[in-house]
Amino acid sequence: MTGGTRRWARLTWRWGLRAFGLAYMGFLVGLPAGSVIWRALSPGVGSAWRAVTTPAGVHAFELTIEVALVAVVCNTVFGIGMALLLARHRFPGATVVEALIDLPLSLSPVVVGLALVLFYSSREGWLGPWLTAHGITVIFAFPGIVLASAFVSLPYVVREVLPVLQELGDEQEQAAATLGAGPFAIFWRITLPAIRWGVAYGVVLTTARVLGEFGAVSVVSGDIVSHTQTFTQFVDDAFTNFNTAGAYAGALVLGLISVVVLIALSASRRKEEALQ
Amino acid sequence: MSITVEHVSKRFGGAVALEDVSLEVPAGSLMALLGPSGGGKSTLLRVIAGLEVPDVGSVAIDGEDVTRLPARSRGIGFCFQHYAPFRHMTVWENVAFGLKVRRRPRAEIAARVDELLELVRLEGFAKRYPAQLSGGQRQRMALARALAVQPRVLLLDEPFGALDAQVRKELRSWLRQLHARINVTTVLVTHDQEEAMEVADHIAVIHDGRLEQVGTPAECYDHPASEFVLTFLGPATRLDGSWVRPHDLVVTREPAPGSRPGTIRSVARLGFEVRLEIALDDGTDTWAQLTRRGFDELGVGIDGRVHVASLAPSAAPNLATRDVASVP
Repeated sequence: MTGGTRRWARLTWRWGLRAFGLAYMGFLVGLPAGSVIWRALSPGVGSAWRAVTTPAGVHAFELTIEVALVAVVCNTVFGIGMALLLARHRFPGATVVEALIDLPLSLSPVVVGLALVLFYSSREGWLGPWLTAHGITVIFAFPGIVLASAFVSLPYVVREVLPVLQELGDEQEQAAATLGAGPFAIFWRITLPAIRWGVAYGVVLTTARVLGEFGAVSVVSGDIVSHTQTFTQFVDDAFTNFNTAGAYAGALVLGLISVVVLIALSASRRKEEALQ
Repeated sequence: MSITVEHVSKRFGGAVALEDVSLEVPAGSLMALLGPSGGGKSTLLRVIAGLEVPDVGSVAIDGEDVTRLPARSRGIGFCFQHYAPFRHMTVWENVAFGLKVRRRPRAEIAARVDELLELVRLEGFAKRYPAQLSGGQRQRMALARALAVQPRVLLLDEPFGALDAQVRKELRSWLRQLHARINVTTVLVTHDQEEAMEVADHIAVIHDGRLEQVGTPAECYDHPASEFVLTFLGPATRLDGSWVRPHDLVVTREPAPGSRPGTIRSVARLGFEVRLEIALDDGTDTWAQLTRRGFDELGVGIDGRVHVASLAPSAAPNLATRDVASVP
C-alpha cells in the first residue's frame, strides 16, 4: 500500500466516523426534537402559547410543579440523610439498603405504579382501606402522584452525595467536634457546605426526573383533567385527542425545561470540580 | 493542666491498640508519645481527645474524669496529622470557628483571631483558602485554630509528619518557643526519636500498645528501661554480651583494662563521624562511632588489629543477659 492510499484510508475512516456519529445523533435526537420545535411554533408563537395555556394545561403545569416541589424536598432530605448513614456508620443491612436504593433505576415505572396501587388502593390495597378510613386518599390523588414521583427519583441525591462524602472523609467533622461543635453545628457548618455542589447536582437530576415522569404517574394519578392530570399526561392526552397544537406546544415547554436543567447540571458539575 | 491516663486498653476488632496504659502528663509540660507506626500512640492521643472511647480505663484532665465526655466538651485543642482544614472557609474563618460555635461576641472573636494569626505568623493570609497555603502554613493555621478556644491541653498528631525536612526543622524550634510562651500542656505524637528528644521535655515510649518507659529525653537515652527503648532511641551495639552505645566504645591499638581484641572489617566516613565494623576474636561483631580526629589518631585501617573497651558501664545492665538482635 502506498503512503497516499493509506492517507486516504485514514481520512475516510475519520470522516466516516464523524458522519456516522452525527447521523445517529441527528436521527435519534436532533431532528425529532427540531421537528417538535418546528411544529409547535409554525402556527406562530401566539397560538402555541394559547394552545398550552388552556385551563387544563395551566392546571396540569401547576400540579406538576407542586408535585416536583414536594418530591424533590422529600428526596433531598432523605438522600442526604441516607448518604450520611451509609458513609459514616456501619450497620447491619447496609449493603441491602444500598442495593434497594438503586432499585428504581432498574425497575420499569409501570411496575412502580402498579405496586403503589396494590398497596395504597382504597378498596383492595394493603394499607389503602385503613388510610381511607382516616380520610386520606392516595391513589388517583395528589399523594399518589407524589409517591410515584418520589419513588422513581429516589436514587439521584444519594448517588451524587455518597461518593462526595466518602471522598471527603470525617476528619473535618472530628476537627469541628474538638473545637466544640455539636452534631447540629457540624452538619450545617462543615458537612453541608462541603457537599453542597453534589447536593445541587442530585437535586437538579431529581427535578428533571420528576418533571418528565410519565409511566408510574399515569398508573396512579387517574388522569382526571384539571384535577389529577400532570403536564406529561396533558401532552399525551392532547396528542391522542388530535389536539396537535396543544401536544407540540406542551412538548416544547418540557423541552425548554430540559435545556434549563442541562445548563444547571453543567454549572453545578463545574463548581464541584473547581472545589477539588 | 495535667492529664492522667489510668489503665487504658483499646481493641479494634481483634487487634490490640492499647494494653493497660497508665500515664501522667504534668501540667505545663511538652510530652512526646514516641514509637513506631501502628504502636498505639495515635490511639492514645485520640483517647485523650475523646475521639476514641477506651474499652477499659479512665482519662482525667486537671483532675476531672472526662472518660465519658464527648470531645467537644473536654476543652482540648487537637491538630490532625493532615491538619483537617475546613476547605470551604478562609484562614480567618477556620481560626474563628471554635469561637463562633461558642457564640462569643463578634468583637472578641475578631480580636482573638487577629492575635492568633499574629502568633502563628499568618497575618497576611487571613483571606486565603487552605488550598492556597503551603504545608507549613496549613500546619500553623491548624495550630491557631486549636489554640483559639483556649484549650486546657493541646494534642498534636504527627505535627510535622507531612512536611519536608527543612520546614520540619524550623517548625520544631518554633513549636518549642511557642510552648515556652503560652505554656499550655502539650502532647505530641511522633515516630521520629530525634524530633521527640529535641522538642519534648518528657518522652513516653509506646510499642505494641504498651507503655515502655516515661522520662526526660536524657533519662530514656541513658537509662533505657527495655531493649526496645534502647534500640529505638539511638544506635546500639553489643560488647561482651552487654548493650552499649557505639559512641561509648573506645578503640585502641594496645590492650586496655577490660578491652577485647578484634579486627576492623569496614570503615565508613560520614562527615565528622567514622563508623568501624569490628569482628571480635570471641566470634561476635560490634561497631563503634569515632570522631574523624579520633580515627586519624588511631592510625589503623581495614584488617588492622585493635582493642575495644566500653567507656560507659553497660547502657542497660539489667538487659545484658537477654538475647535480642542488635539494630545497627
